[in-house]
Amino acid sequence: MKVQVRYFASLREALGPHETVDLAAGSSLGALRNQLIASSPRHAEALARGRALRGAVNQVMGDDSSPVPEGAEVAFFPPVTGG
Amino acid sequence: MADMPQPQAARVSIHSHDFDLGAEVATLRAGDAGVGAVASFIGTVRDRHGGAAAEVSAMELEHYPGMTEKSIEAMIDEAIARFDIRAARVVHRVGLLMPGDQIVLVAVASAHRGQAFQACEFLMDYLKTQAPFWKKETTADGAHWVDARVADDAALARWGIQADNATGRPA
Repeated sequence: MKVQVRYFASLREALGPHETVDLAAGSSLGALRNQLIASSPRHAEALARGRALRGAVNQVMGDDSSPVPEGAEVAFFPPVTGG
Repeated sequence: MADMPQPQAARVSIHSHDFDLGAEVATLRAGDAGVGAVASFIGTVRDRHGGAAAEVSAMELEHYPGMTEKSIEAMIDEAIARFDIRAARVVHRVGLLMPGDQIVLVAVASAHRGQAFQACEFLMDYLKTQAPFWKKETTADGAHWVDARVADDAALARWGIQADNATGRPA
């Protein structure tokens, strides 16, 4: 299934604003992050497991176990710093 | 048409232009004689980074359009569930800002002051760690993304909500 992945702030600068990814049905947000890490050295660095990053599925904050439904809009970004 | 329900004023606005506290509070209170207290908070751009001497010459604010509004609407729903308040308003600017500029407004109306103060602080603590905004500061060293603070996660924890923003909730 296809999902749209969006990046913000420092991740957007490293990886571009968005990309479309082919993902196995039933995958979690954590599995998607792992797949992206394996997809290129740039992704491996930007999304490395040691980095403090957050993720969202369909514009709701998620974690590694969040399910990613077909056609979902997923996003990865650094810790938020508004306010 | 006096008995027609009043159109609901917008609760959340994200835009690049400035906001006016007096006008925002007037709209928040309009038509509700049950309001006896309004508490507001305004965040502004500091001219220095942390405690360091590095002077900030500009700040760029990025956000996640759509999710920003949705997440703050959910925070206001949560504030209404937790506190006895009558109305709440959040305005957050994005784009290029200068030292001294206003960044964010949270205003809450209630019957008595206690709930307005508390809900205002709750909304601000929530927004700091859960609304998708990112600040990039420009100093003499160049532009750099601002780091999230563990203290902001601790502020939200006082309300019984675990944040894990600064450490990055495993994504």
